[in-house]
Amino acid sequence: MLSVSRVKMAFAQLSRSLSRTLGDTPSLILKRQFSVSVVRSAIQKMTRVRVVDNSSLGNTPYHRAPRVIHVYTKNGIGKVGDKVLLAIKGQKKKALIVGHKMPGQPMNPRFDSNNVVLIEENGNPTGTRIRVPVPTQLRNLEGDYSKVLAIASSFV
Amino acid sequence: MAACAKGLDKLRHSLRLLRNTQLHNERFLSTSKGRQSAGSNTEQPPKFVPPSKPVIVDKTRAVASLRKFLSPEFIPPRQRTDPLKFFIERKDMIRRRKVLNIPEFYAGSILAVTMADKNASGKTNRFVGICIQRGGNGLGATFVLRNIIDNQGVEICYEMYNPRIQKIEVLKLEKRLDDNLMYLRDALPEYSTVDPDMRPVPISDTDEVPVNKLKVRMRPKPWSKRWERPRFNIQGMRFDLALSPEQMEHAQKWAQPWLEYDMLKEYDTSKLEEQIYTEVQQEMSKKPLAG
Repeated sequence: MLSVSRVKMAFAQLSRSLSRTLGDTPSLILKRQFSVSVVRSAIQKMTRVRVVDNSSLGNTPYHRAPRVIHVYTKNGIGKVGDKVLLAIKGQKKKALIVGHKMPGQPMNPRFDSNNVVLIEENGNPTGTRIRVPVPTQLRNLEGDYSKVLAIASSFV
Repeated sequence: MAACAKGLDKLRHSLRLLRNTQLHNERFLSTSKGRQSAGSNTEQPPKFVPPSKPVIVDKTRAVASLRKFLSPEFIPPRQRTDPLKFFIERKDMIRRRKVLNIPEFYAGSILAVTMADKNASGKTNRFVGICIQRGGNGLGATFVLRNIIDNQGVEICYEMYNPRIQKIEVLKLEKRLDDNLMYLRDALPEYSTVDPDMRPVPISDTDEVPVNKLKVRMRPKPWSKRWERPRFNIQGMRFDLALSPEQMEHAQKWAQPWLEYDMLKEYDTSKLEEQIYTEVQQEMSKKPLAG
């Protein structure tokens, strides 16, 4: 008998607290600012990126940030030196990753943003200058990055 | 007779001419040697006295700091691994330290690291930044330098005993209120900006390492971590500007005040530290083997 009453009491308390939390949640959700950027992963589909060259396409403001819609690697994960396909200002455009947030190998730089450089279909960069430092490991990778490296302003 | 005298006179004249040209030639070739040889004919040359060697005292660099400091990677973690492993690792670390000067530094100090980089121009890469974290122990010890270059935050994690490292300079030796400054990623960029051409700030060998009691202002809230949570225990941050008192109180919900009284989690390294310090000092004072 006693145990039953205790259970009842506990249930009442629980329902009360539950209703209180439910009542509180909408205001909480409205107040909460949550980060929508990917923090600790390399570049994959739907990652929002920062275009760091001086091309007009990458620098004019647009209501939708450029997104990766395809990564040209076998595992679908893009690191420094990989090519990606961007959805930028309603267009499809290829780009080269020149730095990401996810820490790579030690002794290599890690950047605070996911940086890409727009390239044409034939591999030539669209812009004429890269405004941020570029990792030197890009020189080590096989593939033709010489035109992108030529427009870099500084290396780290 | 007159003809003979005339011939002799001509010969003497020609001889003088020859000697003159010879002298000229000699002087033309090397002035100092000619002068010395000329002087040697008459008297003994003045003995060469080398100029006194100038004594250059480099006030910027502490050659042998008088502070007692043991790098934290020498302390082995508390685990069941055979202590011999850590002993051998220490030997290797000391061998590396005899070649490369790894100075005393803390999270918050400003360092410059020169590293061999076959891709960089000039085959070396120098990076200046504020040390935001020291991690790892033994040969795998690391530290992270952070700087903002061209408005782009860059961090490099260096392995302290990596043979690629050529030089580690401490440009400004100081401590901060925290041992881990990863929150600088979410702070305003001025707190992690360091001038790459910075000159070293001199500090006395005997003084205590100064503690910079700077409290950083943060960017608005989407942060990489919830720094207000008690497990980070961050002192060097202006929470009053970023969060409301209610939010700070809410964060205390995750406090674990009982952990401080957990005797099983205590790891008193003072004795071990003393022992390792003497061992390292002895090994470092030994002469390196020839060849």
